[in-house]
Amino acid sequence: MLDVMMNDILGTPAILVGLFAFVGLLIQKKSASTVLSGTLKTIMGFVILGAGAAVLIGSLNHFSKMFDFAFNVQGVIPNNEAIVAAAQTNFGTSTAMIMVFGMVMNLLLARFTPLKYIFLTGHHTLFMACLIAASLSVGGMSGAPLIIVGSILLGICMVVFPAILQPTVRQITGSDDFAVGHFGSIGYYISAKIGKLFGNKAKSTEEIKVPKSLGFLRDTSVAVSLTMSLFFIIVALFAGQSFIETELSGGSNFIVFAIIQAITFAAGVYIILAGVRMLIAEIIPAFKGIADKVVPNTKPALDCPTIFPFAPNAVIIGFLFSFLAGLLSMFALPLIGLKVIVPGLVPHFFTGAAAGVFGNATGGRMGAMAGAFANGIIISFIPAILLIFMGDIGYEGTTFGDSDFGVVGIIIINILKLFGAV
Amino acid sequence: MKILVVCGNGLGSSFMMALTVKKALAELGKEAEVTHTDLTTATAEKADVYIGAGDIVDQLDNGMRKIVRIVNMMSIAEIKSKLEPLF
Repeated sequence: MLDVMMNDILGTPAILVGLFAFVGLLIQKKSASTVLSGTLKTIMGFVILGAGAAVLIGSLNHFSKMFDFAFNVQGVIPNNEAIVAAAQTNFGTSTAMIMVFGMVMNLLLARFTPLKYIFLTGHHTLFMACLIAASLSVGGMSGAPLIIVGSILLGICMVVFPAILQPTVRQITGSDDFAVGHFGSIGYYISAKIGKLFGNKAKSTEEIKVPKSLGFLRDTSVAVSLTMSLFFIIVALFAGQSFIETELSGGSNFIVFAIIQAITFAAGVYIILAGVRMLIAEIIPAFKGIADKVVPNTKPALDCPTIFPFAPNAVIIGFLFSFLAGLLSMFALPLIGLKVIVPGLVPHFFTGAAAGVFGNATGGRMGAMAGAFANGIIISFIPAILLIFMGDIGYEGTTFGDSDFGVVGIIIINILKLFGAV
Repeated sequence: MKILVVCGNGLGSSFMMALTVKKALAELGKEAEVTHTDLTTATAEKADVYIGAGDIVDQLDNGMRKIVRIVNMMSIAEIKSKLEPLF
């Protein structure tokens, strides 16, 4: 009985997260039907996450084989959804525990320190929990110490990152209503600093006319299908028709195969996002409900697109310059012996755009360009460096995308190394 | 009435905005079904009102849909003023 309790119930991340939603809904005194459907949907969200991962990883494996054959180096696609979904088999339980107790830590820190932020970007909380679980485990920790240290670290991340951005967020939004809670913060922070150095904030991006035609890229499924098709086709051309048709596609045309695999990748991301959406839709309101009751006078820290409407031109300019830096970095990385990071439209769009908005706030159009360019370099090199340390956990084709994940991971693993835990 | 809140991923900002929309409706004393989703799903989903950041919901504007553009997603006042004429 105890065995079933410990291994099968608490050891299944889906059920663990479901239990948390169940308690959260009970605390909010929801009706029995809402509690039941909310709990079931949370568990189903986790199951959908796993199903999407299977779809995505199939396509990613084909990409790695083609890239490897074509260039004789490994190409890595940073994708948070992919790495988190892939890591569920090994780190699922510790990720779920760290996520739940990390949120509790966030509440405690907001209650008892001057860092009054409640981090409400649920999917990033999940990704950071996973990154921390994986890094601590690579560093040699396990069991209860891993959960305790991991939760404390996650709680700290959830208040410190919004805090370092807040001075610039106040300039952007002209108010102090909310904070930005998104783990690309280091890129945004540096963008704002660079904007201040190089730019003139009087010359805002919002005075220039920018074609609105790039707006469709904010649609994740479209953006992922497009870039992946482009990269898949280029790599397929280099890998050659004969290799793909004999080794991978089972005889069907190599270009058709490449396009279908690219769209399969996008479909995988879409399924995972649907799962994550179901998951956090039940957990975050509970978290927010508790926060409103026990920690008054806090600021909600929200996903980065909340600042996009304050500078729509900086969004487009920021994305373009970040992506440009990503493309240039792709060629620079192997020269210094690092793995090739294939620039993804999604990380460059969301973090590049936010970096553009931050750079614009401190340094106008020059600030937006230079800041977003710096962000693009950061999110290319940091994942490549993280891979050196994380390589041995076994997900070679993908890694974490946004800057904070890489920086936190690198710091955790190196501190543990210093203490001789590895 | 069904209100669909839209953002690029359908995860973070649309979710927060949906919470603000619900608060705004409560203050207006109006009832509506509020859900949030991503842009791709939104194009296939029927709703009475589509609400989101300008460059996002512009993608949904086909002349038939009722579109509401929001600048500050956390501003109950802005959302109230833009939703009130629709009832």
